[in-house]
Amino acid sequence: MDEVIIAGVGQTEVGEHWEIALRDLAFAAIQEAVRDAGGLRPQALFVGNMLAPSLSRQAHLGALIADFAGLSGIEAVTVEAAEASGGAALRAAYLAVKSGALDIALVVGVEKMTDRIGPSAEEALTSVTDADFESPQGLTPTAQAALLMRRYMHEHGVPSDGFAGFALTAHANAVTNPYAMFRKAITVETYRKAEMVSDPLNLFDMAPSADGAAALILTRPDVLPSHGDRPWVRIIGSAIATDTLALHDRRDMLFFEAAQRSASYALKQARLTLDQIDFFEYHDVFSIYAALQLESTGFAIRGHGWKLAAEGAIGLQGRIPCATFGGMKARGFPGGAAGVYQAVEAVLQLRGEAGKNQVPGARIGMIQSLGGPAATAVTHLFQAA
Amino acid sequence: MEIPRHWRLRKQRYSLVGEVCPHCQVRIFPPRDVCPSCGKEARELYTFSGRGEVYSYTTIYEAPSGFEQQVPYTVALIRLEEGPMVTAQLTDVSPEEVQIGMPVEMVTRKLRTDGDERGLILYGYKFRPRLQQA
Ligand SMILES: [Zn+2]
Repeated sequence: MDEVIIAGVGQTEVGEHWEIALRDLAFAAIQEAVRDAGGLRPQALFVGNMLAPSLSRQAHLGALIADFAGLSGIEAVTVEAAEASGGAALRAAYLAVKSGALDIALVVGVEKMTDRIGPSAEEALTSVTDADFESPQGLTPTAQAALLMRRYMHEHGVPSDGFAGFALTAHANAVTNPYAMFRKAITVETYRKAEMVSDPLNLFDMAPSADGAAALILTRPDVLPSHGDRPWVRIIGSAIATDTLALHDRRDMLFFEAAQRSASYALKQARLTLDQIDFFEYHDVFSIYAALQLESTGFAIRGHGWKLAAEGAIGLQGRIPCATFGGMKARGFPGGAAGVYQAVEAVLQLRGEAGKNQVPGARIGMIQSLGGPAATAVTHLFQAA
Repeated sequence: MEIPRHWRLRKQRYSLVGEVCPHCQVRIFPPRDVCPSCGKEARELYTFSGRGEVYSYTTIYEAPSGFEQQVPYTVALIRLEEGPMVTAQLTDVSPEEVQIGMPVEMVTRKLRTDGDERGLILYGYKFRPRLQQA
């Protein structure tokens, strides 16, 4: 029996936690996940973090967090893949448990995005782009998204408010998520009046940087003392793919090849097709990325990703519900923790514990975490047990 | 200031020196020693003309350290006439005048200033609207 399950989940509220240190934030999520898993004690810790060395002046999170979580002595390392660090940490833990090298693994995604503001924060975030040929020109991650958005709108004839549907859906879903940063619905008017950040990308086309931590306990059914009645979720697909780091090196910028490849590997592993997926947690750090993910994974044909949002197909009752707890846009974007939040939210959906955010009859969910403009893409498929 | 990095990249930053693949003749910029087209080794130097056109562009108002004095500034993806794409700032043009497809040419300008005590200035390529149509 080599099936990998998620036996426990935990998350902290996403927001500006000036009063909470990185280690305490991580511990809060870990404590909740361990309790949720019925007290299982992890043998190893995989930390998903993007930029603590520059944003928090703290490297070596494995040892730090293991110690402060009362797990001193266990195996513990950080996994980094820019904004996809959380998804990559989940993948590392999955491989370890799947192989039998470990029986019980703990994943924690944690990021303090608000300890720094202004140019030095912007410089830190920019370090995930190409340091030889992108950032010396003053390019930032937000500008990368804006460049893609402008070209996409040009090629596909998208109206100026064409991307509004992504923010509208996210905000509508976040209203009933107690862990979300912005629990307030918005209208198309809000979107139209939003401040321009890097044209054509406005404030509602990007997710708010925030602090947060989320945690998962991974194990296999055969190592559990008794099967009991704990609601498990199975990991039935797991894959990472990469693309060129620099945007200018892509053959086709308006198609996220890594997103396509990691999704198709994961689907193949699970022996599933896209039409069997009940919901999709995408990486909507920028609305253009959500649109390109919908197209690259195959939920929409090329040039039509934005239309799914505009037509309401991504709502909780829609054809393919997305950002079911508010996504990065409204739940908030806690850097390297983001991919682990996606996993926690997918588990709640599949256990039927999503409350007002429940996708009716959800059995299979797909989550996809991106590093940069899909220079890394991590896809996981979960199934209700 | 990262003097070693700048020294390493001086040919690229001052004169757009890339590579040409001896196997399939594809022109490569920024240089990489494995040809992205045929996968074989490519180390032959090739100097680009510096002419191209705007593929996409945007304006930055919130800059990283070292670029604060330049805001707002416009960055673009430029399709060089030899094929590759390059990320670069546009100069000598206001953001409202920029359009997709606009012909541009390379010039050397100040890229950033460093906040360190030595106050060094980094120079390299930017692009401006093409003066004479080639
Ligand atoms: Zn070649």
